[in-house]
Amino acid sequence: MSDRPAGTGIILVTLFVAALLEVIPMPGRLDWVRPEWLLMVLIYWVLAVPGRVGVLWGFFIGLYHDVLVGTTLGQWGLAYALGAYVMLAAYKRMRVFNGLQQSAVVFLLIGSASLLAFLVQESVGRTLYPPYTILYASATSALLWQPVVAVLHWVQLRFLVR
Amino acid sequence: MAAPANPSYRLLIALVLAIVMMVLDQRTPWAKPVRYWLGYLTAPVHYLAHLPVDSSEWLSEQTQSRSSLISDNNSLKRQVLILEQKVQRLAVLEAENVRLRELLNSSADLGANVLVAEIIGVDPDPNRQELVINKGAGAKVAQGQAVLDAHGLIGQVVSAGPLSSRVLLITDASHAMSVQVNRNGVRAVLAGTGQSGQLRLLYVPDTADIKEGDLLVSTGLGQRYPRGYPVAKVVSIEHKAGTPFAQIIALPTAHIDRASHVLLVQPDSDAPKIDVPPADAKESADE
Repeated sequence: MSDRPAGTGIILVTLFVAALLEVIPMPGRLDWVRPEWLLMVLIYWVLAVPGRVGVLWGFFIGLYHDVLVGTTLGQWGLAYALGAYVMLAAYKRMRVFNGLQQSAVVFLLIGSASLLAFLVQESVGRTLYPPYTILYASATSALLWQPVVAVLHWVQLRFLVR
Repeated sequence: MAAPANPSYRLLIALVLAIVMMVLDQRTPWAKPVRYWLGYLTAPVHYLAHLPVDSSEWLSEQTQSRSSLISDNNSLKRQVLILEQKVQRLAVLEAENVRLRELLNSSADLGANVLVAEIIGVDPDPNRQELVINKGAGAKVAQGQAVLDAHGLIGQVVSAGPLSSRVLLITDASHAMSVQVNRNGVRAVLAGTGQSGQLRLLYVPDTADIKEGDLLVSTGLGQRYPRGYPVAKVVSIEHKAGTPFAQIIALPTAHIDRASHVLLVQPDSDAPKIDVPPADAKESADE
């Protein structure tokens, strides 16, 4: 088995599906707990193939998120780039963590990335609710981390992404 | 697996890029091309996310019974009759209005072109009230265009992508517009509250002549919205001792939560704007 990178297309497909989940209509109050799908998928691929998916990937996926939901350009780009950076620094530790510990890390990472994005959004005057409301989405992201990992791991093995 | 190269430099690049972009996007129009071209990649996501709604609508259309179609058809015919009768009167009124305006030597109210679009997405962020519609710059949608449904104003286009556009609703907390009471012409500022279906009138003195049930229409001041479209109905007025202004809540007349199609008003490009120099107006009146 060679070390040649493969499966960029598959990574892009998973990101596309995550983007779809990011905007798919949900009944009223469920919008509060919509997980940060794109960021979760980004974190997974940083963990799985840290040599390939990193900070710049994070930045561009974040930029895409900005256009997708209409926020200030660079708001999520900044948050995603920092998230990817933190994950790159900690991916070895993260891999030996058990499920609960991983979920806790995901909660903190997504929470702080969302807080950063929230601060930018607040500075341009487009927030209405207090900042702790971003914790709901972080919590559901952490809860759904295990299933997401299971699915993406299957995808990675099935389509030989490396 | 190859160990990642030192990511600190990349982080630096990303941070600088992100901050530059945020400043450019907020303060200048130079970041617009980025948003526009990325729109080619984001629009398919919105279209796809809307597909389940579309297909369920199609299915219910296909499976409607003959009797319900007939009764629908009948009620629509009755509605058309009523509307046609109203339009007849409107034509007379419009002609009279133009004549009166010519007498006053002011520019005529211009009929605007209308474009129909479908709502394909709602902003998932509860902090913001925005919509995505399925018409973009390709269909001549431009930033600043007014968006309405059959019952009143909905909002304005804030960014026109190539295949889709984003609409800022009048209920967004960052939105405010100039309106006047239809009954007596009292002007006020109508601001969104961030709650869907609720608006506030700002800085209205306690003594102002505004009653519950009053219809608020757009004034056209600010030249963003066309003049004279219904916007909201006043539902409650609270006079509190000790506060300088009355607290007035209004409901949008447009069915923002239920609308599936919206109308975009195209300002006539060859028609004169409101600020026509008097000499030109005279000439066109002479012709």
